[in-house]
Amino acid sequence: MSEGLRHLVVVPVVLPLACGAIMLLIDERRHAAKSAMGLASIALIACAALALIANANVTSMYALGDWRPPFGIVLVADRLALMMVLLSAVIAFAAVRFSIARWQRAGPRFHSLVQFLLAGLNGAFLTGDLFNLFVFFELLLAASYGLALHGSGRVRVRESLHYIVINLTASLFFLVGVSLLYGVTGTLNMADMAQRIPGVPGADRVLVEVGAAILAIAFLVKAGMWPLGFWLPSTYAASSAPAAALFSILSKVGIYAVLRLWLLLFDAGTGATLLLAGGIATIAYGTSAMLASQELARTAGASLLISSGTLLAAMGTGIPEAIGPALYYLAVSTLGAAAFFLLVELVERVRQPGANLLAVSAEVFAGPAPDADGEDSTEAKMPAMAAILAVAFLGCALLVAGLPPMPAFIGKFALFTALLAPAAVPVAGWILLALITVSGLASIMAMARAGMRIFWGSRLRSQRIRLVEIAPVAGLMAVSLGLTVAAGPVMSYMQQAEREVHSPRGYVEKVLSRP
Amino acid sequence: MELIVSLGIGALAGCGVWLLLRPRTFQVIIGLSLLSYAVNLFIFIMGWVRGGIAPVVKPGAVDPSVFADPLPQSLVLTAIVISFATTALLLVVLLAARGLTGTDHVDGREPGE
Repeated sequence: MSEGLRHLVVVPVVLPLACGAIMLLIDERRHAAKSAMGLASIALIACAALALIANANVTSMYALGDWRPPFGIVLVADRLALMMVLLSAVIAFAAVRFSIARWQRAGPRFHSLVQFLLAGLNGAFLTGDLFNLFVFFELLLAASYGLALHGSGRVRVRESLHYIVINLTASLFFLVGVSLLYGVTGTLNMADMAQRIPGVPGADRVLVEVGAAILAIAFLVKAGMWPLGFWLPSTYAASSAPAAALFSILSKVGIYAVLRLWLLLFDAGTGATLLLAGGIATIAYGTSAMLASQELARTAGASLLISSGTLLAAMGTGIPEAIGPALYYLAVSTLGAAAFFLLVELVERVRQPGANLLAVSAEVFAGPAPDADGEDSTEAKMPAMAAILAVAFLGCALLVAGLPPMPAFIGKFALFTALLAPAAVPVAGWILLALITVSGLASIMAMARAGMRIFWGSRLRSQRIRLVEIAPVAGLMAVSLGLTVAAGPVMSYMQQAEREVHSPRGYVEKVLSRP
Repeated sequence: MELIVSLGIGALAGCGVWLLLRPRTFQVIIGLSLLSYAVNLFIFIMGWVRGGIAPVVKPGAVDPSVFADPLPQSLVLTAIVISFATTALLLVVLLAARGLTGTDHVDGREPGE
């Protein structure tokens, strides 16, 4: 690999960090300059990730300060990490683009916080050092606290308080897990640790497993696995639209960390049953939350829970072939959730305040809705905007529920194929298959019900919605459609990533080899 | 020595968990602080409890068993700084929540309301 390209690995971490710091010095009122800087930085990150992906020999190791591992801290860019970097850049681009219309003015330092969040995310994806992973987690969490509070207000501050307390507690679990693993293995470098764990004597083996389990608690809180994820829908529903869209990738960091560390440090059998059971419970909880929620934003949060549950359960089946489709599903479901969170805010803006409650009480008491006389209907008032929003909503519904032509369908289909393979887990595989199907059905029911209430059942207010706000939603959907069209190459990339993750020897050798 | 340290960590963590589950925001903050002390001590003893040994390697000396492990100490330092910063942030959010809701209950309203 050429000398210049070698340094590209560090760009996704350093660039947003520098960019966010410079933005702090710029006057708060110069939103145009800040948003342009932010978008440029995100575009450059995406370009760096694409250049690294396009490079034939993808896995590359970067020793920070040229301190060789296992003593120095390393960044490792393999297919899985680069895919996550690219995905978060796409979502951040859409969120920042969306915020230009109004949200960037709702509170101070929005663009800096987005950049710091990106630095933390990319660092967490790329790092090859366990304690560095903790530091990057804290960086992205600190930025996410700021973003959750963005726009302020009673509900947001209350939910952020819960969010901060839960994540601080999870961070303490993280620290306990890291220090246990360090105490037994004597290293923090992930590749070095993977090499040393098989040689750990029997009595200490328990400590390693306890440490890994405590670490997993910290990750699964972020992923929103069933008994740990009750905070997720309400926090995401309370935060502002661009922040919520960014948070949809945040819950995938937990999944990424579990996948990376679990398969690197242990064989796929350890703890798989727990992941499978937790994933299945999460899908069930997400499905019922989806059907029960009366607020659109909570529906979007529930769809994130379903996607987390599907991914965890797919990992928990222990079928190596399930990881590739799961990664494909991870990408598309995250894009779908981000688009949905952005769209929810636009839809809520054109709704009558309180229309939600009216619709509910009308259903409960089976009486006519108070505004049933139908004078000056939606069509007469603002046909174009209502139509655009309705079409976008339909697209989002298909995307979230995983129906063709949207790509989640392909991900689920490939996942089913892996589950139905002869060697697959018999009973749990069938339960999972049924639950994923039911969750898709529940999603389409919940979305159809919400869509009918909003676009057919109630009068819409004429609110100005600018093209700049619809464009990111449309852009995210176009990217999703692109993933359907290019499903072949993308899926083969994911399967290569799956093979890399499943044979960690290549990763270990790459990190520990002397140049 | 081990017994004293582990009892101390246990007491700190126990008090921390108790306070964390209390309904008032200030109790939650104190609980989090106690928990983070417990965790910091826990990281510290992962370099083994031995009194009177410096983590500094003198030139020429190569026997690692007569030196304390410096890595947990630097980890603790990082963890302290991070928990200090996030606790400060949480305090600000606590005050904002108190101002906006008029109560210090974590749910933003008194149980009877």
